[in-house]
Amino acid sequence: MEEQYVYKQVNSISFGMLSPKMIKKMASVKVVTPELYDKEGYPVDGGLMDTRMGVIDPGLKCKTCGSKLKECVGHFGYIELARPVIHIEFIPLIVNMLRFTCRECGKVLIPKPKADKLREDLNNAEKEIGLERRRRIVKEIITSLKTTNKCPHCKSRQHKIALEKPTTFIENDKRLSPIEIRARLEKISDEDCELFGLNPTVMRPEWSVMTIFPIPPVTMRPSITLESGERSEDDLTHKLGDIVRINQRLFENINAGAPEIIIEDLWDLLQYHITTFFDNNVAQLPPARHRSGQPLKTIAERIRSKEGRIRYNLAGKRTNFSARTVISPDPMLALNEVGVPSVIAMKLTIPERATTWNMEYLKKFVKKGPGEYPGANYIVRPDGKKKRITDETKEQLLEEIQPGYIVERHLMDGDIAIFNRQPSLHRMSMMCHKVRVLPGKTFRLNPSVCHPYNADFDGDEMNLHIPQTEEARVEAEMLMEVPTQLISPAYGLSVIGCIHDSTSGNYLLTKFLSFDREDAVEILISSGITDLSKLPNKKMFTGKEIFSVLLPDDFSFTGHSKGCKKGEGDKCPAGTHVVIENGKLVDGILDSATLGKGSGLLLREMHSKYGEKYTTQFIEKVSKLGINVLLKTGFTATLSDTDLPETAKEKIKGLLDKANDEIRELIDSYRSGLLESFPGKTLKETVELKIIEVLNRARNKTGSIVTEYCSKETNTISMINSGARGNMLNLAQMAACIGQQALRGKRIDSGFTDRTISAFQKNDLSAPAHGFIAGGFKQGTKPHEFFFAAMTGRDSLMDTALRTPKSGYLYRRLANAMQDLKVEYDSTVRDASKKIVQYSYGEDGIDVSRSTGGTIDVKKIIQEVIKG
Amino acid sequence: MTEKSEHVLVPKHTKLSEKDKKALLEKYTITLKEIPKILKSDPAIAHLGLQEGDVVKIFRKSHTSGESVYYRGVINA
Repeated sequence: MEEQYVYKQVNSISFGMLSPKMIKKMASVKVVTPELYDKEGYPVDGGLMDTRMGVIDPGLKCKTCGSKLKECVGHFGYIELARPVIHIEFIPLIVNMLRFTCRECGKVLIPKPKADKLREDLNNAEKEIGLERRRRIVKEIITSLKTTNKCPHCKSRQHKIALEKPTTFIENDKRLSPIEIRARLEKISDEDCELFGLNPTVMRPEWSVMTIFPIPPVTMRPSITLESGERSEDDLTHKLGDIVRINQRLFENINAGAPEIIIEDLWDLLQYHITTFFDNNVAQLPPARHRSGQPLKTIAERIRSKEGRIRYNLAGKRTNFSARTVISPDPMLALNEVGVPSVIAMKLTIPERATTWNMEYLKKFVKKGPGEYPGANYIVRPDGKKKRITDETKEQLLEEIQPGYIVERHLMDGDIAIFNRQPSLHRMSMMCHKVRVLPGKTFRLNPSVCHPYNADFDGDEMNLHIPQTEEARVEAEMLMEVPTQLISPAYGLSVIGCIHDSTSGNYLLTKFLSFDREDAVEILISSGITDLSKLPNKKMFTGKEIFSVLLPDDFSFTGHSKGCKKGEGDKCPAGTHVVIENGKLVDGILDSATLGKGSGLLLREMHSKYGEKYTTQFIEKVSKLGINVLLKTGFTATLSDTDLPETAKEKIKGLLDKANDEIRELIDSYRSGLLESFPGKTLKETVELKIIEVLNRARNKTGSIVTEYCSKETNTISMINSGARGNMLNLAQMAACIGQQALRGKRIDSGFTDRTISAFQKNDLSAPAHGFIAGGFKQGTKPHEFFFAAMTGRDSLMDTALRTPKSGYLYRRLANAMQDLKVEYDSTVRDASKKIVQYSYGEDGIDVSRSTGGTIDVKKIIQEVIKG
Repeated sequence: MTEKSEHVLVPKHTKLSEKDKKALLEKYTITLKEIPKILKSDPAIAHLGLQEGDVVKIFRKSHTSGESVYYRGVINA
């Protein structure tokens, strides 16, 4: 049969239930025996593997449609149930139907005028607002229904109907058999069905009690042939075997006139098997199991949950041409490169089509084969046939290859790849890099691109995808290569900048370092700077002069470095004003505020003036420069960085003693009842608050003493001041005082009766007894202090472990809710149905990715226009 | 009782004249369906006595642009 394509637009989809008639109509077999195969191993006619329901063995033909394996999608079969059985998924519907319709006349238990009104409401709602509203009203009707004792139509008495889960209905202590239930559902009129939200043409209520049971096609429950030649059947086939077998026994017993008890038992068993066929996770039922004891995976389990069809196969598909491994840093790589281990480069391939012009080039790969780099793994013939290159086939394939053939060659330097780290929270989480094949087994990346990926190297893994078509490669390169992602669309500043060593290196360089000509040239050359014409003709160079070599000649910039708190004010503290005039760093120290990610205004300026390519190279050069400066001078943090002079130590000791005295006084006044409570607080809470306040003050003061007295020339201080890593608090904690350990915003208060640890007196309110650690990390902690620190450490670990998934889900919901908002050409923000959300994007119409930190400096633009 | 619409935190709501309303709809080539909605009973516009189909103009303070103008269509219930 020739394939035909029919193009139609889907207008509507209707959902309904299968009627017994429909089941019979679509079935191609009546299954009569639970047997599967005969002695020769062929499927039995009328059995569960009947070839009329489709084929799963190669070579056999489907008896219904005549097509072979993979061509035939399969056909349903059916069995006639000896007694009707309730469908588990429709239990809630049946409950509602039975409770709110009359047991005698089958009408809804709503007086006629009201019922008519509701029906009209429903139809109006659908016409005016749509199906969604109709469904809501149906829901409202059902929840508003109350059990009535008397039918408003035929005045007959109604009884209470209880559902004994999962499938038994009880009316007045008497069990309702599925036959009776079906009879009652049959009585319900089409009009009344509508009130329950059913469309009676496709969903009659009585169809939820099955009399005919559909047997799904063989193709959706294929059996596996084990290595031993034994056949292993699908879970569904097992379940169906049970159903057919019990059904048969039920038939036989009924025909033989067996006692009612036996028949009921069998009937219940049939109900159980059919229920678990649909859902093997029903709360009150023991799940049906294999002989090995592992539960069967039936229909609901196939669809539901993370491992189900939707989340596993539809929402999350596996992808080819991808790789995942641990990442590690390599500052010598370009920003837009990714180091790929050669093992991976030999598995991932790029298809290249052979032409007369590249024939020799491609044959080179084929000659090397899959085992030697750079080789090729497969050859694809024009008819789509894929052939693996092996040592045996190599010679023949080399002969065969001609224009039109595709060679799947190994990944090589310069190929396009998409690099990604989960969670992919923003678009910078997936960026396009150029491949660089390297020895080793990890992906390598420039440490400066860690920030957009939020990656570090403590064991993080990342994914790599190789686009397979020209279009995909071009698209990835133009839209998502690293240089195109420099400016964050969230805040309009650079997301990529100098980090760690490159920051501290440039800080030291521009602050006070100077080099002789030899060293300066060495540093610059090894940082990839070859144009040294900007280096003045001198013997010694200041760091500022060396840095200026990187700057373009026409570049001018004024900004502030980290120490400047004023911001826009004209008077900055000495040395915190950065001035670049015509490509020369005149004044100022470069640190994380100018070169770093996020705040790096210098980078933003350079980006808008010279473009993304230039900025990328600039970042590469600057980071290398910083690192090379450190390589030349040496840079390390030592224990003596945390040394304090005796005077400072005494001062801190005095400070802490004073605080302890103050606390003692507070406790005394609390004990003697002289303390006055804060409004709305108990006396106890008041002392607590006052003690915490005293301790906090003491801690902060130790911090400022450390800042004041510590040696200013240490590398630790350089790192702090340049913004490369660490802060004053970290240093103060190392050198002087770790401070109060807080649990849930309070001092540590739990443990034994009236005390935290048994090392203290009961009801001791003093600082050390509630987790104040007076010493620093260098001095070490006392056992009880160590214990308190461990308590808070564990608490914060738990806190992050619990908070991450929560905030992740919060973000996911937000992103899903806003994903199809779009800025239209008239500058309005609209949703998918073109409804307006904002009349101007962000109320000011500014494209943040083209702004500087979300604002546009009009003054500056005017000045530039006047000048130029 | 204090008039709710005069509270400092409630932005100023005014009724849009028929002429302005037509101009607005034309400017964005939209119908009332695409405009953000506001309930007739909303405390901020209760004192204006508006009908379904009217459009209110709202002057809001904005972090990004100082003051911004927003339009919302009045609906019943």
